[in-house]
Amino acid sequence: MILIISTCAEKLHELEFVKPVERILEENKIHFFSKHYSDISEADLKKADKIIICGTSLKDNKFIENVNSFRWISNFNKPLLGICAGMQIISLIFYGKVKSKTEIGFYKENFTKEFLSLKGEQEVYHLHNNYTTLSKEFESFTEGKIPQAIKHKSREIYGVLFHPEVRNRKLVEEFIKH
Amino acid sequence: MKVGILFSGGKDSCMAAYLAKKTGYERTCLITILSKNKESYMFHTPSISKAEKQAEAMEIPMIIQTTSGKKENELKDLEKAIKIAVKKYKIEGIVTGAIQSVYQSARIQKICNKLNLECFNPLWQINEFDYLDELIKDKFKVIITGVFAYPFDEKWLGKQIDKKFVEEIKELNKKYQINPVGEGGEFETFVLDCPLFKKELKIKSFHDFKEGENSWRREIEI
Repeated sequence: MILIISTCAEKLHELEFVKPVERILEENKIHFFSKHYSDISEADLKKADKIIICGTSLKDNKFIENVNSFRWISNFNKPLLGICAGMQIISLIFYGKVKSKTEIGFYKENFTKEFLSLKGEQEVYHLHNNYTTLSKEFESFTEGKIPQAIKHKSREIYGVLFHPEVRNRKLVEEFIKH
Repeated sequence: MKVGILFSGGKDSCMAAYLAKKTGYERTCLITILSKNKESYMFHTPSISKAEKQAEAMEIPMIIQTTSGKKENELKDLEKAIKIAVKKYKIEGIVTGAIQSVYQSARIQKICNKLNLECFNPLWQINEFDYLDELIKDKFKVIITGVFAYPFDEKWLGKQIDKKFVEEIKELNKKYQINPVGEGGEFETFVLDCPLFKKELKIKSFHDFKEGENSWRREIEI
């Protein structure tokens, strides 16, 4: 069972940032349940075998103000994937810092090592005004100053700054299946 | 939240407006761009002047902005129209019917980001066949007003999106990779009725125009 977490402050944004991730799971016949981060309980975290934290809109930074709602990540020992806002949350929990950088649309990113099935140069879809610095517990899998794909050095915690649900669905499929 | 709907008169902007209403957003205006460029990558053009009739049916005011249709002018004109909507109707967000086009969506996102507005794309990445089923289930009366790809011909003009259409488009998708919702510009639509309309629009007359091989448009009078 996979838990999909919404970070959207606006309900209408869930159709854009949560629903496309749900669709990937539906198409792969994977059982899941979805909740907003403000509604997550201990029981939900226990029930989930894996968790995906979805992204939100460019203007929405409420999740940063409410980052304490994600303190459970520090002790979560099951696989976790953070997408855009989700990656920023993971980094903040591990003491990364938020920096400004706007990237909107398709960009080429070079994966220096295989990352959830992505390797070499890949076209990815960006939609963010911020990124986070790399915490010492994490390793970056892409070239360049901005960490675009990260993994915890000893735990199965992944983060991507881009939106794999738009053009890199196999990354999500790799995460949910393996 | 008060939102403006980027509105072309086709199925996607109508469905986006409907989803905004269903989710509790106050739709204060429609924003329509009339492009003189029929090949515009940004804006859907056939029957767009009839969008005013749709606005009347929805009882929502409309901002109409014309554009020469030259690539970057289109964006400047769109920004101008959105600024008018902010000033006049105090909108805090824009709703679009973007489904897959990153070209279109990224440009609108950039304008909204610059103007500090929310950008809502409630149809983003939707499964095309599920979407066609939703249109039928929610009683959208949608007709084809333009076809622009092989193997379409003039017989497709005026067809309604119904179960028969879905079966036919499934076949075309299988054989010719036609996008089932016309995302590749294969066809364009006009909405005659949907749950947002106070009354159904009736076609008084129409004229069909051949614009090239497998390319036809229907201009309708409401």
